[in-house]
Amino acid sequence: MESGKYSMHIYLNEKRLQIDAGTHLQTVRKRHYPAADLLIVNGYPQTSDIELGAGDRVVMIQRGAHPSEQELEHLMMSRHTPGVHARVKQAKVGIAGVGGLGSTVAIALARTGVGALVIADFDVVEPSNLNRQQYFVDQIGMPKVFALRENLQRINPATRIVAHYEKINRDNLDAVFGDVDILVEAFDAADQKALLANAFLKHYPEKYLVAASGMAGYEPSNTILTRKLSSQFYLCGDATTAAAPGRGLMAPRVGIAAHHQANAVLRLILGEDPSA
Amino acid sequence: MDITLNGEQKTLTTDMTDVQRLLTSLNLEPQTLVVELNHRILAPDEYATTSLNDGDIIELVHFVGGG
Repeated sequence: MESGKYSMHIYLNEKRLQIDAGTHLQTVRKRHYPAADLLIVNGYPQTSDIELGAGDRVVMIQRGAHPSEQELEHLMMSRHTPGVHARVKQAKVGIAGVGGLGSTVAIALARTGVGALVIADFDVVEPSNLNRQQYFVDQIGMPKVFALRENLQRINPATRIVAHYEKINRDNLDAVFGDVDILVEAFDAADQKALLANAFLKHYPEKYLVAASGMAGYEPSNTILTRKLSSQFYLCGDATTAAAPGRGLMAPRVGIAAHHQANAVLRLILGEDPSA
Repeated sequence: MDITLNGEQKTLTTDMTDVQRLLTSLNLEPQTLVVELNHRILAPDEYATTSLNDGDIIELVHFVGGG
């Protein structure tokens, strides 16, 4: 080792590693992961043999090799802005109803690394659901919560899924969603949406509710908004376009509303105002 | 009586004495609503028993179907 070199720390596959200042990427690969053929530095694939800097987050992957669950979580973490992963991992989010809205919200939150999702629905997957809901043909007939749990585990095994195959009402609301930080209202029928919103807001004045209303048809994307209705209550959608004969629910617009909900949840977890 | 309804000033006729009457006059189905009166959520069974007063701030959230 030459004298006069400073050492510094980087993170290699999320493990702290001490290297000499001035060390290049390929030098680290040869020393630690010679089989790696995909090198990601601070979230971006890197093909040049760059000089590494203090605090760099370096991920090395061998294409085709399956990472262990723990490795996978570390690799997924590297895709997130530093500090975000640690906070979303602590969060427990409830999703009431896993149809077009709820199944889409669940997938977005699992991909974001949310630590725990509590999902509840009493329906089974039907062919008519496949136009917008996150299920597959071979899941027709399965309870949606179990089909979704299966799909979520394939996406991010580090997200803990609690599945309730039952209809939510005032009597079981506390048992199912009593310990979530934020609840996503993702029901279909207007009266069920209002029933849940009323019961949840009344019972848990300190928790957040992210509801949705108005996302049918192929009306413009840009009429879908996230509105703040009270300090704890946010509503995503255009607030007027109901599902009706001749104006069905379709993947693009339901997906926009669902992702408004998912981003509202993420912003709440990170202490930001979803409607700002 | 003057109230603020969803952010807009509104003058109510004298027969609008409670929340239930207001909802009926607006042709809204109570079972699809969340009603907030002066920043407090009203339970649906409180609509008929909650009187309206001058200066009240009311937010009505009307859910439509689809999800």
